[in-house]
Amino acid sequence: MKLTSRKFDALIIGAGGGGLRAALQLAQGDASVAVVSKVFPTRSHTVAAQGGVNAALANVTEDNWHWHMFDTIKGSDYLGDQDAIEYMCRAASRVVYELEHSGVPFSRLESGKIYQRAFGGQSRNFGGEQATRTCAAADRTGHAILHSLYQQNIRAKTHFFDEYFAIDLIIDKQGYVLGAVVMEIESGEILVIEAKATLIATGGAGQIYRTTTNALINTGDGMAMALRANIPLQDMEFFQFHPTGIAGKGMLITEGVRGEGGYLVNADNERFMERYAPKAKDLASRDVVSRAISIEVREGRGCGPEKDHVMLKIDHLGSEVIKKRLPGIRDTSMTFLKIDPILNPIPVYPTAHYTMGGIPTNRYGQVVIPVRDTPEEAVPGLYAAGECACVSVHGANRLGGNSLLDILVFGRAAANHIIQFLAETRYHRPLEESCVEQALQRVARWDKKGSGESVNQIKDELKRVMEAHCGVFRVDDVLREGVKKVEALAIRLQDAVIKDHSKIFNTARIEAMELENLMDIAKATVVSAQARTESRGAHSRIDFTERDDKHWLKHSLYFIDGHLDYKPVRTKPITVESFPPKARIY
Amino acid sequence: MKFKIYRYNPEQGGKPGLQDFEIAAVQPGMMLLEALLKCKDQDESLTFRRSCGEGVCGSDAVNINGVNGLACITPLADLKEPVVIRPLPGRPIIRDLVVDLSGFYQQYRTIKPYLTLYEPEPEVEILQSPEERDQLDGLYECILCACCSTACPSFWWNPEKFLGPAALLQAWRFIADSRDQATDERLAALEGPYRVFRCHTIMNCVDVCPKGLNPTQAIGRIKMRMLKQSL
Repeated sequence: MKLTSRKFDALIIGAGGGGLRAALQLAQGDASVAVVSKVFPTRSHTVAAQGGVNAALANVTEDNWHWHMFDTIKGSDYLGDQDAIEYMCRAASRVVYELEHSGVPFSRLESGKIYQRAFGGQSRNFGGEQATRTCAAADRTGHAILHSLYQQNIRAKTHFFDEYFAIDLIIDKQGYVLGAVVMEIESGEILVIEAKATLIATGGAGQIYRTTTNALINTGDGMAMALRANIPLQDMEFFQFHPTGIAGKGMLITEGVRGEGGYLVNADNERFMERYAPKAKDLASRDVVSRAISIEVREGRGCGPEKDHVMLKIDHLGSEVIKKRLPGIRDTSMTFLKIDPILNPIPVYPTAHYTMGGIPTNRYGQVVIPVRDTPEEAVPGLYAAGECACVSVHGANRLGGNSLLDILVFGRAAANHIIQFLAETRYHRPLEESCVEQALQRVARWDKKGSGESVNQIKDELKRVMEAHCGVFRVDDVLREGVKKVEALAIRLQDAVIKDHSKIFNTARIEAMELENLMDIAKATVVSAQARTESRGAHSRIDFTERDDKHWLKHSLYFIDGHLDYKPVRTKPITVESFPPKARIY
Repeated sequence: MKFKIYRYNPEQGGKPGLQDFEIAAVQPGMMLLEALLKCKDQDESLTFRRSCGEGVCGSDAVNINGVNGLACITPLADLKEPVVIRPLPGRPIIRDLVVDLSGFYQQYRTIKPYLTLYEPEPEVEILQSPEERDQLDGLYECILCACCSTACPSFWWNPEKFLGPAALLQAWRFIADSRDQATDERLAALEGPYRVFRCHTIMNCVDVCPKGLNPTQAIGRIKMRMLKQSL
């Protein structure tokens, strides 16, 4: 079979903020760059980010990148790599100013400078007073950033392959990544995109859970692609549950609500966060707040007839502030709950939100894997950035406002490294037909006719299993059962069939391949979680309640065959002193 | 609850038509997207775009009982039965509810929808007062769902020449931005009888915008600026 092939210097898979920031940098560096996205770029999930992006601009309160670095390390429960965190926090101001110059309509202070709000886990002076570090465009910061980046890419004449689904990476026998096999969704045709460098920027995998803030497209396609290319996934047990998703429905209500002065109350109308985090209260780290809400509900102090949620109160902020600073969540609340938060509190509950783990990379965005005695050897030609990657700047728990920062800083850093790599790599390596075989088989598998379970049935079960067995609180026997259940589902998936075998815009086939991706990631998550016998950040074990630095200050690496390996945390920053692990109190 | 959903698959030849669906368990507060997903459970060949499910990505714009809107933020309780779902009008249909929006995106690109600076960029942010920034409210929130342009008779009649409400809203977004330095070029590029002036203030765009934006007003402001410029 003769496949159509296109050649570019660089291929970017994913058109969220990370992919588009990288594409812009590459296009400005005179590289030819192709961006493949399964949805039109502005529909990528970055669009849903609300609260803002962290940078120590000090527009409102005194601030500097070093304090931001400390907060991020503490937030990560000391699992974050300190070199990458230093790099990110130092670069933050610059990337935010660049964004502003590219058109992002940030809200403004009276001084004309970018508006900043308080967010969780932020402090001045290494754990002192609350900082004000999150740069915001009302509560639509992700939307504002994604659209501006897309717009600047229109100017830069980036090649977009909109509504193309990436099937698999192309790797030759020497281990070089040569691009990807993709499918044009509209025609169902397969296309080979050859590139000297490939950047995976496909975002997270929140769809492994039933109730999630994540869009339906967040199926971890890039992570699963990496797994199938024998690249491990790092720290997958660390999945963030956002404290304030709309109860039972999952729509995100930004932490910015609490940053602007909102707070949580239980059925007794008590501000319960004062008990869990006497100093930071409602602005403690997300893992802390999510656990607190779960405990309140478990101990019978939940609100509503089922006592299954708590309330987020903001009516005291006044309608002016809410309309000006939080118009998006007001809309969401009125649309989905018929509750106007100017008048009444919003029912919320911890909701699956963010994949801290992902494809292991270094701070240049290069994908790194253990090879014999070296824990981190670069895979030639392969990069990853954003939620699909694990640098790791978030460690065991990401701070609010650091994910937009992560995609911008490391999208840009990866592009800069690719530009260097391209200077040394003048030609495309020859591509042998056998290298695309795996991808073609992956598509052909769904041509199978006859009877079998539907994709949707298995997907529903998977999401329920993950919710029940790998949620906010975890314990060995439940996790073990979860592993078994996911493994059983994976076997059932092999015999599932789709009934629609047409070519044109066949979304049933895309969803089937997405479920294959979700299945691998769910398994990585629950297997990694079962193995880690300590509590750290978002990974809370009822049977191992303490953090155990002696045995577990290390990153997990999950391989597709189900085995785990570990590698050390990079505790040495680039220029400053290391922050050694301390008790984590907010 | 009963639905009639537009079906068309070019591979199967045949004529397009409406297919009946029925959803048994309609929960209070359910949105149309959830119903469409349930219909797809019954017949997985039913094809539509969707992603965020909360009205911010703009994927699932369809024509609902004759009015364009986003399925994910349209409550079922507000809809008269049988609910008739069709693709957005006036665009080539790829399959079922999926239309070809390339022309719509092309019109967007035409207006150079990016902040343009000619002077060297400062090393910090370009200052903008809160009042200047307020000018962008009601403009930057556009999600490019195409509800407005595909509801616009002027866009149906002249899809190549009239830019349509979505692109013009964005044209004004950059003219209105105190930081942008290409205002003259932007206004000049909108000259001529078609690009802006085919707007006859029918205001369908305002009625259907799921984000509550007002393209007609933006177009009016462009016209005023052009008029001022020409005096």
